Amino acid sequence: MASVPRSFLLLSIIPTILILCADFACCNTGRKTGDGLDTDFSGFSVPFEHSFEVDDVSRFRMRGALQLRGGRETSVSLSQSQLSEEDRNTLKEVAVVDGLYKIRVPRVSLTDRQTERQMDGYLTAFVRACSLVESHLSDVITLHTDVSGYLIGVSIVTIPGACRGTEVEDEVDLEAFNTTLTIIAPTNAPQPETALFIERMDIEHEKRGKPQEQKSFFAKYWYLILGGAIFLMASSSAQPSAGGAEEQQS
Amino acid sequence: MGRYLSMKPSAKMSKPTSLFVIFFSLFVMSEAVFEDQVGKFDWRQQYVGKTLFAHFDSHSQSSKMLFLATDKNIFASFNSRTGDLIWRHVDKVGPEGTIDILLLHGQDALMVVGDGRLLRSWDTNMGGLNWEAMLDTGSFQAACFVAIQDTVKHVAVLKKAVISLHYLSNGHQKWVENLPDGDAVQYQAVYSGGEEEVYVLGVVPNSHLTIIAYSLEDGEIIKQRSVEAPWLSSVESSCVVVGQGMLMCVDPATLALYTLPIQAEETPQFNQILLQSLDLEVSPSFQPVLVSSQPHPARSPLSEFFLQLGPDHHVLLQLNADGYTIAPLRDFQPAFLVSFATTGEKTVAAVMTPKNETACAINLFSADSGRRLLDTTVIFPLDLNGGKPHKLYVHAFLKKDDSVGYRVLVQTQDHALTFIQQPGRVVWTREEALADVVTMEMVDLPLTGTQAELEGEFGKKADGLFPMVLKRLSSQVTLLQAWLAHLWKLFYEARKPRSQVKNEVTIETLSRDEFNLQKMMVMVTASGKLFGIDSKSGSILWKHYLENVQPNAVFKLIVQRTTAHFPHPPQCTLLIKDKDTGLASLHVFNPIFGRKSHIALPVLPRPILQSLLLPVIDQDYAKVLLLVDDQYKVTAFPSTKNVLQQLQEMSSSIFFYLIRSDQGNLSGFRLRKDLSTERIWEVVLPTEVQKIVAVNGKRPNEHVHSQGRVMGDRSVLYKYLNPNLLAVVTESTDAHPERAFVGMFLIDGVTGRIIHEAVQRKARGPVHFVHSENWVVYEYWNTKSRRNEFSVLELFEGTELYNSTVFSSLDRPHLPQVLQQTYIFPSPITTMEATLTEKGITSRHLLVGLPSGAILSLPKMFLDPRRPEVVTEHSREENLIPYAPEMPIRTEWFINYNQTVARVKGIYTAPSGLESTCLVVAYGLDIYQTRVYPSKQFDVLKDDYDYVLISSVLFALFFATMISKRLAQVKLLNRAWR
Repeated sequence: MASVPRSFLLLSIIPTILILCADFACCNTGRKTGDGLDTDFSGFSVPFEHSFEVDDVSRFRMRGALQLRGGRETSVSLSQSQLSEEDRNTLKEVAVVDGLYKIRVPRVSLTDRQTERQMDGYLTAFVRACSLVESHLSDVITLHTDVSGYLIGVSIVTIPGACRGTEVEDEVDLEAFNTTLTIIAPTNAPQPETALFIERMDIEHEKRGKPQEQKSFFAKYWYLILGGAIFLMASSSAQPSAGGAEEQQS
Repeated sequence: MGRYLSMKPSAKMSKPTSLFVIFFSLFVMSEAVFEDQVGKFDWRQQYVGKTLFAHFDSHSQSSKMLFLATDKNIFASFNSRTGDLIWRHVDKVGPEGTIDILLLHGQDALMVVGDGRLLRSWDTNMGGLNWEAMLDTGSFQAACFVAIQDTVKHVAVLKKAVISLHYLSNGHQKWVENLPDGDAVQYQAVYSGGEEEVYVLGVVPNSHLTIIAYSLEDGEIIKQRSVEAPWLSSVESSCVVVGQGMLMCVDPATLALYTLPIQAEETPQFNQILLQSLDLEVSPSFQPVLVSSQPHPARSPLSEFFLQLGPDHHVLLQLNADGYTIAPLRDFQPAFLVSFATTGEKTVAAVMTPKNETACAINLFSADSGRRLLDTTVIFPLDLNGGKPHKLYVHAFLKKDDSVGYRVLVQTQDHALTFIQQPGRVVWTREEALADVVTMEMVDLPLTGTQAELEGEFGKKADGLFPMVLKRLSSQVTLLQAWLAHLWKLFYEARKPRSQVKNEVTIETLSRDEFNLQKMMVMVTASGKLFGIDSKSGSILWKHYLENVQPNAVFKLIVQRTTAHFPHPPQCTLLIKDKDTGLASLHVFNPIFGRKSHIALPVLPRPILQSLLLPVIDQDYAKVLLLVDDQYKVTAFPSTKNVLQQLQEMSSSIFFYLIRSDQGNLSGFRLRKDLSTERIWEVVLPTEVQKIVAVNGKRPNEHVHSQGRVMGDRSVLYKYLNPNLLAVVTESTDAHPERAFVGMFLIDGVTGRIIHEAVQRKARGPVHFVHSENWVVYEYWNTKSRRNEFSVLELFEGTELYNSTVFSSLDRPHLPQVLQQTYIFPSPITTMEATLTEKGITSRHLLVGLPSGAILSLPKMFLDPRRPEVVTEHSREENLIPYAPEMPIRTEWFINYNQTVARVKGIYTAPSGLESTCLVVAYGLDIYQTRVYPSKQFDVLKDDYDYVLISSVLFALFFATMISKRLAQVKLLNRAWR
C-alpha cells in the first residue's frame, strides 16, 4: 500500500472511499508482454500504448499490458518492457523540444466482459516528456472507472513533476519505468447526516438533564409562602409587645 | 445567525473569542434593507413578452386600460396613458399555459388556455378571476361570442371534434355536441351573427366545405350543408365573414374571390369574382389575405373589408347590398398595415403608410366610404435600431364634436410596443424583448473627459522634461476648471427648488462614478435585440436590433476590450450561433454607445464548436478570441500580424477542451504553431450509463484573496486553486428512483486528469451548481427522500503547498483532498450564482433564485464541509457553525424583499470599485438590479457618521496636548530655577 499517494490516506475521512487496489509492477522484462494478451479466467489484459515523437504526431507503440480484474475486488497490474536504446534517444530528443509523452488504453468495461470488444476508441492522457525524463521514468498512472465499471479516463503524472533542465544519464536512469498504478472508482457523495444530528441533539438534551417538570406555583414556593405566613402571624402577634419595647427604649 | 453563534458557545468560551464571535456575527447578521432604503440602490422592471392579442377597454369612454395576452403565457393590463403595468397574471410555462385566444366583452375578458384545456373569465377592472371551466379534451380551433337579441350571453368554443356553448355569467356549459364526421372534416371556424343559430365551418381540403348550423337553445343540428370547393384548403387562413353572413374566401391560385351565403336555405354555390374584373393585381408569390371586422357580436360583420395584395399593398372593398358584387372603395399603396376600429356607430380604418426613411404616417379613413378623415394623421417614428412595424391596434373614440379621435398601439418585430396619441406624440414605448434576456455583461463606464485627459497623459510617450511639465500643468488647469464649473453648478442648483433639478442620465453624460458602482449593463435578448441599460437607474440608453437572427440562435457575449484602455473604445463581441447548423457570425460593437464597429470580421464558413478568450492582447489592447471549427482549425479574432506572432510564440501553452455531450466525450487539444491543433487527452463517459448535462469552469475575473484557511490550531490548510478546473455534472440515463444518480466530476481542463469523481446516489436533476475558488456547490433532487439537497465540495492541497509561487496544471502531481458535506434545502431553486468582489476579501454568499421569485443570499459559511458534527475547541476558534442537516431560509436573507422577480432565469454578479459591494442583476421575465454587501459595508462610513463629534474631539485633543506641553515646559523651567 506504500504506493497509495498520501492524499488518499487523508481522504479516508470520507466514509466510503473505494480505492480498491493499488498494485504496481515494474522492471519486468519484455517476455511477459506477449503472454499477457491471453487472458486467464479471473481477469483479462488490454494493451497499454505510448507515443512520443519529435514532430508531435501520435504514433502509438506497445508499452506493456494491463492486467485487469473486475468484480468485487477490482485490481490492476501492469507488465511492461524496458525502453530500447532507440526509444531512449527519441524520448530525450522529445524532451529537448518540450514535446509530449502520451499514453492510451482502450475503453473497456471491468464488469461486463461481453461489451469489452464492442466499445471503440481510446482513453488518452499525456505528460511533458521532459518531466518524465527528469523524474527518471517515475510515473504514477491512475485509471478511473465509473459506477458501472467502465474505464472512463486515464491520467499520468510524474514525481517530481517539474522540468528543471537537469541532465539525465540515459543508461542508468532511462531504462525501466518505475510505475505506480492505481484504479479509482467514484466515491459516494455523503447524504445529509440527519441520524447523527438527532443522536447528538438527544445526547445534548440528556447532558442538560431532564427539564424540571412544571409544578404549580404553590407546589414550588410552598415553603416561602408558609414561611411568610408564619412570619406574618408571628410578627402580628408580637407587634404590640414589640411596640411597647420600642417605646420603652425611647 | 448572530444570535445562534453568540448564544451557543457562551459557556466555555474565552473572552477574546467570544468578543470576536459577537463582532463577526454583527458582520453577517443584518442583510435586509431598511424601509427608507427601498428603491434607493435597486430597481425592478416588469415585462410581459411578445404580444399575441391586444384589446383596448372600450367599455367606458374614459377608460385607460389596455389588455394584452403574450407568448410568455401572461395576461396583463396596462395603463394606456403611462404604459405602466396595472396587473399581470403569470401562468405556467410551456404549452400548458399558452393563451389560445383572448376575447373582450364589456367587463369580461374571455380566455382559452393550454390548447383548449381551460376557459377562463377575468374581471378586467380588478384583474380578478370570475370563473374557470374545464373543457373537454381536443385541440382548440376557434371561439366566439354568441348573442341573442342584442345581448351577449354565451361563448362558443370549437375544438377539433366538439363544439360547446358556455354561459358568460358563470362558465357553466349550456350544451356540448360532437361534430359529425370529425375524422375527415377539419372544423376551423365558428360564426354567430346574432341570430338563433351558431354556424360551424369545416373543410375537407381541396374537396368541399361543410357548414353546420346548431340551434342555440339545445345544440341540435338545424341544417347541414356541403358545398363543393376544390380550391379551398383552409378556412382559417383564406376566409372571413362579411356583411349579412356572407362567407368571403380568396384563392391565390385562380386569383379570385368567392362568396357564399352561410344562412342560405337551399343548396348554395360559391359565387366567383375574379380579381381581374376589379382591376386588382396580386404581387408575385404573395398569398392574399382578407381582413374583416365584426364590431359587435350581436350584429353581423361590416360589409367593408380589406384585401392585402402584396407586402405593402392593401385595398378596401365593399360587398354590395345584393350580396354578389364587390365595389372597390380605395386602393392603398404603399401601406404596411391596416386595421379596423369602431366607436359607437362609426367604423374607421387605420392605415399605416411609409413617409420617409425615419417615419411612418398613420391615417384614418371612413370605412363605409373610404374617405380620408381630416386631421387624423399621426407620425410613427421608425427606429433605425429597431424592428419594422408588425401590427396595429387602434383605439377609436368619439370626440365632443362627434368626430373620431384615436390612439394607436404599434407592435414592431423586435416585440416593442409604442403607444401614439394624436397629434403624433409617442406616449410610451415598452421594450418587451427584455422579457427574454439570454445573456448579459456589465461594462465599466468611461472616464469623464478631464479624467481621460489625465489618463492619456501617461499613455503618451515621454518627450522631454519641459514639455511633460507643461502638459501636466495644463491638465491640472483643466481639472481645476472642471472643479470650479462643478462648484458653480452646485451653487446655482442649490438656489433652485429640489424638484426642478433633474439628474437625467443620457448617453453623453455617462461617466464612471467614484466607486464604479454605476455600470453599463449589456443585455442580449432571444429576439436578437441588444440593450444598453444604465445600472443605476435602469433606463435604456441604447438598443440595437439584429434583424436576421434565427429564433433558435445561441448567443455568447464576450468583452474583448474593457473601458480601461483609453483612447481605444471598449469592444464587445457577440457570437451568434445557429443551434442546428452550428454556423456562427460575429457582431462587434461598442458596449457604451451600442454602435457597431467597423472592424473587418473573420470569415467563418464552418460550424464553430468552441470559442475561447485568451489573455493575449493585440497592440490595440483587445483580447484575442479563438474560434475552433468542426475540423479543429482555429481562427483568431482580431487576426493581425502581431496577434498571430504572439500566438505562434505561445502556442505550446494554449490548451483548450471540447465536450460532445451526445457522445459523452471530453477531449483536450493543444495549439500548434500553424494554428492547427492536436488532440492530447480524451475522457469518455459512456452514454449508456450517464449523460453530461452541464460543464462549468471558473469565472476568469475572479480573485481569491486568501490562499488558505487558518485552522483552530493555527496551522494553515491551503486551498487547491486550480484555474483550469472544470466541474462536469452528469445524470444517469436510468431514471428509476432507486438507481438514478447524479455524477460530479472535477477534471483538469489542461491535462484531462480526473481530480475527483463523486456519485450522488438516488438523486436526479435538474442540477444547479456554482464553481468558484476551491469549491463547488450543487443542488439536486433526492429521489428517495423526495426533497432538494445542497452539497458542497471543497478542495484543499493540505497543510503544505506544492509550489506556492505559480500554479501549473502540468506540474501538480498530488491529488487534492476533497471534503464534502450535504444539507437539506427546504425549497426548490431555479438558478444559482455566487457573489463576486474586486479583490475577493469579502466573504462569499450564494445568490439563489427561488421559484417564488425571491432571491436568497445564502452565506457560504453555511455551506462548509468542515462544519463539525461535534463542537470542539478548535472548531470554535475557527468560527465553524456546528453541522445541522437542514439549511435555514431566513426571510431577511431575501435581497429583493417584496420585489419578486418572476421566472428567474439567471443571476449576474459583477464587482464594484468598493470591495464590500457586489452588483447583482437577476433576470427572467423581470429584471431586478441591486447591490449586496456580503460582509456588510466595512469600507464605507455610515450615513449618520458623526463628523462633527470626531473632528471636535480631535481638535480638543490636539489643543489639550499643545497646552499641556506648554504647561509642562513651564513647570520644568520653574523646577530648574529652584
